[in-house]
Amino acid sequence: MSPATTLYRGHEGMWMWVVHRTTGVAVFFFLLVHVLDTALVRVSPEAYNEVIGSYKTPLYAIIEAGLVAAIALHAFNGLRIIAVDRSTWALRHQRQLVWAVWIGFAILMLGFLPRHLMHAFGGA
Amino acid sequence: MAQAPDLTAPKRPVSHSTLGRAQRWSWMFQRISGVVLIVLIFTHLFINLWWGDGINQIDFAFVAGKLASPFWQWFDFLMLTLAMIHGANGMRMIIDDYARNPAWRATLQWALRIATVIIVVLGTLVLFTFDPCPADADPSLLPSLCEDI
Ligand code: HEM
Ligand code: HEM
Repeated sequence: MSPATTLYRGHEGMWMWVVHRTTGVAVFFFLLVHVLDTALVRVSPEAYNEVIGSYKTPLYAIIEAGLVAAIALHAFNGLRIIAVDRSTWALRHQRQLVWAVWIGFAILMLGFLPRHLMHAFGGA
Repeated sequence: MAQAPDLTAPKRPVSHSTLGRAQRWSWMFQRISGVVLIVLIFTHLFINLWWGDGINQIDFAFVAGKLASPFWQWFDFLMLTLAMIHGANGMRMIIDDYARNPAWRATLQWALRIATVIIVVLGTLVLFTFDPCPADADPSLLPSLCEDI
């Protein structure tokens, strides 16, 4: 983007900027495919069930976990970017806020992963 | 951890007050849509992937049960349009950053615009022309609300 965003480049901010870009692009491409697979509900119940069925396999369970991780990181880091742009307090506490992003991410994944893996690999 | 390289001062300094009107809007939009998208997408994932049987519950009957209600139609519509515009706007900036050759850049920007319009139109049509109880379908695949018809 324009140099106006250099505020949060360098040090931790630089790495989080890479994370933000990569996750944003990944989720964008997922969304293109996701709208196409959902569109199969207009074709027939059989077509939709067949394609969604393949999303219930172990390989896809891992991909879904990766997708949720990407969305969570992008979302929490997005909030950090908004905060740092808006408040000088947040700007001064950049380092701590980067930690907050990773801690929020870890808590969310701890709540999500065990349950998702149990659904995907049988059990619950 | 490696140090990020020092940035040299921009040739033409840019601040909020010197950004063009369009860029200022784009900047505001990324932030406002981002906050709304958190609520929408986390709700979407919670209901479809965590609640109930998680990924295993998703089939035609599940989707039909949801999209039979105007609430979920409009919820999905908002999520579709905001996520696509937010994502496409982000992709636009990224293309501008990396595609140095003007012809290549124009090609990528047009591909992005066309893909975005197609996906938003297709997604919207799906949400609002959807029939939860198609007449010729196998009844065992349909949601229970179809039994009353
Ligand atoms: C979940 C809620 C979300 C939040 C809070 C959020 C937040 C943000 C923010 C604040 C920016 C601007 C960053 C900047 O000015 O440097 C941004 C950029 C971006 N977002 Fe999101 N976003 C969310 C969801 C999404 C989704 C669903 C997609 C994909 C469809 C996406 C793709 C992108 C892309 C590609 C960029 C550009 C990244 C860059 O320029 O490096 N975001 N996001
Ligand atoms: C693995 C995780 C996901 C699963 C299992 C999933 C599942 C579904 C299902 C079953 C539907 C059908 C309608 C409904 O339930 O409301 C749907 C629609 C939709 N999902 Fe997801 N979803 C996932 C992740 C996402 C993410 C991360 C986004 C946003 C970036 C998203 C955006 C949408 C949109 C916009 C629609 C409406 C599509 C249309 O207009 O036809 N989904 N999803």
